[in-house]
Amino acid sequence: MRDGRGGGGDGRGPGTWRTVVTVLRKDLLLELRGLDTLPAMILFSIVTFVIFHFGLNQETIAGQEAAGVLTVTLLFASMLGINRLFVAEREQGGFDGFLLAPVDRSALLIAKATALFLFLVVLEVIAVPAFALLLLGPSLGPPLPGLLAMLALGDVAFAVIGTLVSAIAVQTRARDLIGPIVGLPLLLPALIALARGIGPLLAAHGSGTPPGKWVAILALYDVVFALLSYAVFDFLLED
Amino acid sequence: MTTYGRGLRGLSLLTVLTITVAFVLVFFYAPLDANQGFIQKIFYLHVPLAITALCGFVFGGLLAVMYLRTGERKWDIRSYVAIHMALIFGVGTLLTGTIWAKASWGHWWVWSDPTLTSFLIVMLLFATYQPLRFSIEDPERQSRYASVFAVVAGAFVPLNFLAVRLAQPYVHPRVLTLTGGNLPGPMRLTFVVAWLGIALLYVTLWKYEMAAKSTRMQVRALRRALLGEDAVAPLKRSAAPS
Amino acid sequence: MDPPPGIELRGLVRHFGERTVLRKVSVSVPAGATLAVLGRNGAGKSTLLRILATLLRPHGGEVSVLGEPLPRRAWAVRGRLGLLPHEPLLYRDLSGRENLGYHARLHGVAPRRVEELLEAVGMTERAAEPVRLLSRGMVQRLAVCRAVIHAPSLLLLDEPLANLDPAATGLVEPLIGRSCGATRVLTSHDPRAAMAEADLVLGLQDGRAAFVSQPDKVEPAAVERLYA
Repeated sequence: MRDGRGGGGDGRGPGTWRTVVTVLRKDLLLELRGLDTLPAMILFSIVTFVIFHFGLNQETIAGQEAAGVLTVTLLFASMLGINRLFVAEREQGGFDGFLLAPVDRSALLIAKATALFLFLVVLEVIAVPAFALLLLGPSLGPPLPGLLAMLALGDVAFAVIGTLVSAIAVQTRARDLIGPIVGLPLLLPALIALARGIGPLLAAHGSGTPPGKWVAILALYDVVFALLSYAVFDFLLED
Repeated sequence: MTTYGRGLRGLSLLTVLTITVAFVLVFFYAPLDANQGFIQKIFYLHVPLAITALCGFVFGGLLAVMYLRTGERKWDIRSYVAIHMALIFGVGTLLTGTIWAKASWGHWWVWSDPTLTSFLIVMLLFATYQPLRFSIEDPERQSRYASVFAVVAGAFVPLNFLAVRLAQPYVHPRVLTLTGGNLPGPMRLTFVVAWLGIALLYVTLWKYEMAAKSTRMQVRALRRALLGEDAVAPLKRSAAPS
Repeated sequence: MDPPPGIELRGLVRHFGERTVLRKVSVSVPAGATLAVLGRNGAGKSTLLRILATLLRPHGGEVSVLGEPLPRRAWAVRGRLGLLPHEPLLYRDLSGRENLGYHARLHGVAPRRVEELLEAVGMTERAAEPVRLLSRGMVQRLAVCRAVIHAPSLLLLDEPLANLDPAATGLVEPLIGRSCGATRVLTSHDPRAAMAEADLVLGLQDGRAAFVSQPDKVEPAAVERLYA
């Protein structure tokens, strides 16, 4: 009579962090194999910069205008990533495979949000220099640390809300549409804080540090929605 | 099952009465505003609608929490009705707001008004509630996902107002403060009565719709019990919980 | 000493909106026994399996799997059951080995188990190729490995031998067949084959348990009515 031992487990799975790492590794491996989402996000961003150049009909932009263009471009590029985040799980049985395992289910949220965050970081490594090259007037050197800090906080917001919204959207019929229409209003406060926060940094003789109140708002947003997402995510998985 | 119809007639009469009294007060009792003139009176409609709509959204979020905790369909139906009533009141808010803006400041829309902008963003978010529901066919999943949305969106409301308020120098007339406002006496009385009327209207309409939905569900259950499962055609795909 | 627990269903109910998909299904399966579930498409077989797999919650009645009541103790029993549904639950762009490695880690199982299983089903040579390049028979073999990677005490098999040629069927038999010793619930479109391996047969019709009996006591007419 089987007792479930011997080469198998005793029924208990790995802890939360190991589960997060397992799922994250799998997702990064899948992206590396497929290489569809990240290149698309990068290309989209660069094309958008070109569009803005013609749309605004200016040689260079600076200050709040530049902040607006950069933030909006990153936001829409992240929408592309958000739409793809759970598609493989839905179409190839990934949800079932995960739900059958004796693991903490919030690990899926953490793993996916981390994956999206990493995609956004890689995107910005390419898109921000491209932005400086194509559109930005003032030099990127001095404000860079402040800019990176704000972008990091912004990426957390995009990643958390993006994961939540993507998990909802993937189970609906209008999959690609629901994500953006629900996600964009939800991200508006973060967008406001991010754009207004880096506006002064990109000005001609701008300061090197972002205004404190916008950092605070963005950080508050991140904390509130990270906790909220963690609290409700289980309800999206159960049946 | 709760009977939503109980006391409904009395409530309706009270609502009609309060609104009538408010109407009278607005046109015959409240003084004319020195700066804005007659058009200022739209304030007695606009602000109560706004407050009621926002409270309705938060109310819908709280009802959704109850659904997630208990799993009972009735909480989801209550949450749905609360939110879509609030949406209707919200549209009213935006319309009266733009009319007031045009009359007071000369433009149909002013971005420098944080309250109106915040309200627009909240409406854009909640406007996705019904498309989201409509897009999920499995009824139980629809209720669960809609409830998750309602909870997150409800929490979003205060954060959104904070962010937008900080983003702009305010132009929106501040007539209500925590200490009860800088409204002169007669205006304050009129405002309170108007607010009461709108709030009662919301509750009455909510109860009416709950009664209608509850009755329909019971009728369908009875028909299924009497005529068999197959005699009752399933409801078409819809945004409303059945 | 009490006998080890198997599966207990008492009045199981499951809805889909206003429709009832499972109506008061009751059956008792002793540990180590095999239950065959027969019925047409839409009779509720897959739903029943998914409830036993803790993927769906029962809406009414009592469900007890390996001694644990569901859904309350679903988390406690999840690691001891294995589900083999219609879909293989494998990522098409990853190799067989990578897929099994992923599931092994999710279940807290040692990596060498992956190699053991690959060898047992004869997939070692092609384990490094992406799943999308493999034939359906090979994919099914990998799916079987995935289902048993954690040596479960309860196997839930939805048409397990679909797409398998006789040679492959022989390879997976020690893992999911009668000889593996686990309690098993299996569905099949071939009633005779299913009944041949079963200790108990449950016939589902429109979500109702039309009959529950031992295979030799089942009337052929009753089986025919299920599929009529």
